[in-house]
Amino acid sequence: MRSKLAISIRNLTKKFGEFTAVDNLNLEIKSGEFFSMLGPSGSGKTTVLRMIAGFELPTNGEIFLYDEEVTTKAPFDRDVNTVFQDYALFPHLNVVENVEYGLRVRKVGKAERRIRAMAALEKVHLADFSERKPSQLSGGQRQRVALARAIVVQPKILLLDEPLGALDLKLREKMQIELKELQRELGITFIFVTHDQDEALTLSDRIAIFNNGKIEQIGTPQDLYQRPATEFVARFVGTANVFDGEAAQALFGTSSKVMIRPEQVELGSKGSQATIVETIYLGSTFRFILDLNGHQIIAEVSASDDQAKTYRRGATVKVNMSKTDLVKLD
Amino acid sequence: MTKNSAVAGEDFPSTPARRISSYLYKNAKVRLRLLIAAPVFWLGLVYIAALVMLLITAFWTVDEFTGNTKVNWNIDNIVSLFTDPLYTKVTLRTIGIALAVTVVDILLALPIAFFMSKVAGPKLRNILAISVLLPLWASYLVKAYAWRSVLSNTGVLEWILKPLGLQTPGYSLFGAAITLGYMWLPYVILPIYGGLEKVPSNLLEASSDLGAKTFTTVRKVIFPIILPSIIAGSIFAFSLTLGDYITINIVGGPNQMLGNLIYTNVGTANNLPMAAALALIPIGIMFAYLGAVKRTGALNNL
Repeated sequence: MRSKLAISIRNLTKKFGEFTAVDNLNLEIKSGEFFSMLGPSGSGKTTVLRMIAGFELPTNGEIFLYDEEVTTKAPFDRDVNTVFQDYALFPHLNVVENVEYGLRVRKVGKAERRIRAMAALEKVHLADFSERKPSQLSGGQRQRVALARAIVVQPKILLLDEPLGALDLKLREKMQIELKELQRELGITFIFVTHDQDEALTLSDRIAIFNNGKIEQIGTPQDLYQRPATEFVARFVGTANVFDGEAAQALFGTSSKVMIRPEQVELGSKGSQATIVETIYLGSTFRFILDLNGHQIIAEVSASDDQAKTYRRGATVKVNMSKTDLVKLD
Repeated sequence: MTKNSAVAGEDFPSTPARRISSYLYKNAKVRLRLLIAAPVFWLGLVYIAALVMLLITAFWTVDEFTGNTKVNWNIDNIVSLFTDPLYTKVTLRTIGIALAVTVVDILLALPIAFFMSKVAGPKLRNILAISVLLPLWASYLVKAYAWRSVLSNTGVLEWILKPLGLQTPGYSLFGAAITLGYMWLPYVILPIYGGLEKVPSNLLEASSDLGAKTFTTVRKVIFPIILPSIIAGSIFAFSLTLGDYITINIVGGPNQMLGNLIYTNVGTANNLPMAAALALIPIGIMFAYLGAVKRTGALNNL
């Protein structure tokens, strides 16, 4: 696919009274991308999504969808569709009528809209439930109906506002795979809002990390994990050992703020002596919380490592952190 | 007895209260019947018995000489409801006014309720809710007389309308309809507001997101969901207008509605059986109305 811009956001600001929810934001999303907006609650990611959909009007700035300015256009005049966090299914309509809704308001004929709605339900594996009312469905099924309802009108861009937030872990993981497959199959741009970093890492081509109404960093999941630009990103995506000032000076002889991931901390053969403060078994790995001359360090070792199995709380162990694994933070 | 005795394996003492409690606990049906006995007794005595007496009285007559009610079974009163032109005319007029009041109240209530529920902030919403409720706390008579003053030839309405080349409707059926519309408006706003409160805002967003313009959203999403609430409100406005006899006397001029016709028969005319027969008309109309509403299926989602 040609790398055309699906969305271009320029100097976008949104204020609710005194509170600045989105602060002078710039963002470009390529056509066909699976793009995630990741951040803690209140970081402005949902507000940005709602402004792209047209539910909120920006205080300042511009939004372009495929080079067409839509900043102040109503939602029904925008070629985007939204999958809502709590599904927002119409309670008085059954499943297939819900899915047909967008076609009905576009005056698509009765026969055709039924065929297209059933095809969309087929895609989300819900064809057998077409006559049920939303109240008779489980959370995961409602989620699929919401998805079918949004894709049946063939938007160029699909906005997903924490769509899996209300599902339990197993179902969430299953839906993540289905979402990814659906996006590949449809070839349209997905913009996905989440506060779950695992979900964002699993699904996305690129991720924007939100904090206090600004974007801290945009990059591929690998970029963000391996080369976080700020301490916030380092800590929000995965687990990080961040050293600053005195600690950085003492451990690595540098005056800048640095980070190292727990799995890059080597235990055992060489390095300085540290005390094991806590051991945590995580299934595939052991996590050790260590005390190295008063500095806390988190290390992670594969659970199949025979030596790691012998480490006990209170014991001492040699810790080595290679300078080449250090990442300098802003 | 200490709190720990049950844990220690001791039995609770078998008091009568405890035995009754455990009997009721085991016998759900008995429990339910005891619970509902008092209200059923009350309803049966006060409500249904009174209605049955009314129905029976309609088949009696008045002794023209003594003025006392006579047990003399006949259906003359019922027949005259359908044959006497005065009764048919007043019935049709009352239905007409009730329908007009209901429709106007719904049309007024919808935007007010929508604004309260979906647009206003919490503070403004409270102010509006109190403004809607406030008239309900004032006496019905006071409100009727207030409208008598508003509608009078020297009243506020005349003063406002005169520069526009119009004049007050005065004490007339129209004046009565306006007053009744005012009286029942809160009873229509409140259920519709309650219904709208149950429509999450994101349904409106979803509809708009899927391409529906505002009017389509109102027609295809909001309206079907709040239809039972609108009907609940309409039942209030319609039935209260059917039965009203004070407003029409105070601001209706010489005109009659079913309510004051009944009132006249009870009082001045001293014809209780005829009054009872007339009272069956609004009851019959309400039954027909509820039956029609039920057939639309709008009550299924209540």
